[in-house]
Amino acid sequence: MSETADRVKKIVVEHLGVEADKVTEEAAFIDDLGADSLDIVELVMAFEEEFSVEIPDDAAEKIGTVKDAIDFIDKNKG
Amino acid sequence: MRRVVVTGMGLVTPLGGDVETTWSNILASRSGAGKITHFDASDQKCHIACEVKPADHEFGFDPNLRVDHKVQRQVDPFIIYGIDAAGQAFEDAGLTDMSEEDRFRTGCSIGSGIGGLPGIEKESLVLAERGPGRVSPHFVHGRLINLISGQVSIKYGLMGPNHAVVTACSTGAHSIGDAARMIALDDADVMLAGGAEATICPIGIAGFAQAKALSTKRNDDPTKASRPYDKDRDGFVMGEGAGVVVLEEYERAKARGAKIYCEVVGYGLSGDAYHVTAPHPEGIGAYNSMAMALKRSGLTTADIDYVNAHGTSTMADTLELAAIRRLFGDDIATMSMSSTKSAIGHLLGGAGAVEAIFSILAMRDQTVPPTLNLDDPEEECAGVDLVPHFAKQRKVKAVLSNSFGFGGTNASIIMKAI
Repeated sequence: MSETADRVKKIVVEHLGVEADKVTEEAAFIDDLGADSLDIVELVMAFEEEFSVEIPDDAAEKIGTVKDAIDFIDKNKG
Repeated sequence: MRRVVVTGMGLVTPLGGDVETTWSNILASRSGAGKITHFDASDQKCHIACEVKPADHEFGFDPNLRVDHKVQRQVDPFIIYGIDAAGQAFEDAGLTDMSEEDRFRTGCSIGSGIGGLPGIEKESLVLAERGPGRVSPHFVHGRLINLISGQVSIKYGLMGPNHAVVTACSTGAHSIGDAARMIALDDADVMLAGGAEATICPIGIAGFAQAKALSTKRNDDPTKASRPYDKDRDGFVMGEGAGVVVLEEYERAKARGAKIYCEVVGYGLSGDAYHVTAPHPEGIGAYNSMAMALKRSGLTTADIDYVNAHGTSTMADTLELAAIRRLFGDDIATMSMSSTKSAIGHLLGGAGAVEAIFSILAMRDQTVPPTLNLDDPEEECAGVDLVPHFAKQRKVKAVLSNSFGFGGTNASIIMKAI
């Protein structure tokens, strides 16, 4: 598992209060991890903070799964 | 009108995370006051408060017992305290497993005087230092006063009236009184009612200190600072926490064999129409509020055995006492009256509900809680049993609990044993 994936999963566990083993790369934030739209806003802010990236609104809307987040961050982090 | 009884109680206070721990500490004359630990208060005029203690403390509060981890991250502490106290009360009443039909007839009336001040303070700094894009998406609904009622209704599926009183330090008493009326008028059969507060944060302490409301003379002797009726008092000590009761229509409670603590028989409310922070010098509002509650109750002052006073440890203590003297006349000699704010500080919007619960426990245990630190009472206290220093056993069949708030808002509740 990549270092990005580790850090993303840690943030997801902390913010959504879910068990770590549920946070697979395929897991969808809303359908599998019980997040709502506001949780996603908060998660995106936390990713921005953690990785010093900017995730614009249109990109954030396309982040549906843990893998989507990891891929975006890997592609865009400085 | 339908009769309303109390069938459940929950508390989060500086002396315990539940009803029995808090009450046993109150009866043991313990104080919840100490140096402020929630933040560095060294640059403030006031360095002390009655804080809710962490879970590992002898009488601490564990937020993980009833409040979801995710909710804890999103909301201000007053909401966490309120959800937990409501959960305790609901469990105590044995009502957590309700049919959908019953849940349509069950509501919430849990308010707060100020709401999410620590969160407002914190996010304002985020806004100023890092810009609007860093403000939490949970900022608004994590701070709003009606979000205890909102969160509790979601947690338990309660679809009856969803209400939240905001009347400063009268909030808890108004919440119970208003909710009792909703049941009496057949708008609901069961109501979770009470109040919560958590404003021990830099702007909260600074604001009340600047308004000259807080004790600032005993920063090095915190447990002696809250001393209602004592000549040497110099302001209140801020507390935090929550109190929630389950109110239930009497016939319903009886039919299901519920444990009934007491009946809510009187509720009075009034305005001072005088000053934003100072009470009316002749105690007119306090008198009217108590007189209205008494009239509604059908009792006389001779029936009231215990008064849980508003008694904040400010100049207002003697004004309340004068109003009580005027109402009670000679009957003042046979009742006992105390201020439990001497032990847990002033819980502001939570005070009225927490103190109503102490009044109920006084009836249950036939024991009135003490007024701590009452070493040298004001002359006006002559002939009144203010229960100095130590709890006392006595007959307690009916109780009056007073709450008065900034803006000149007054509420009084009378409850009696069944």
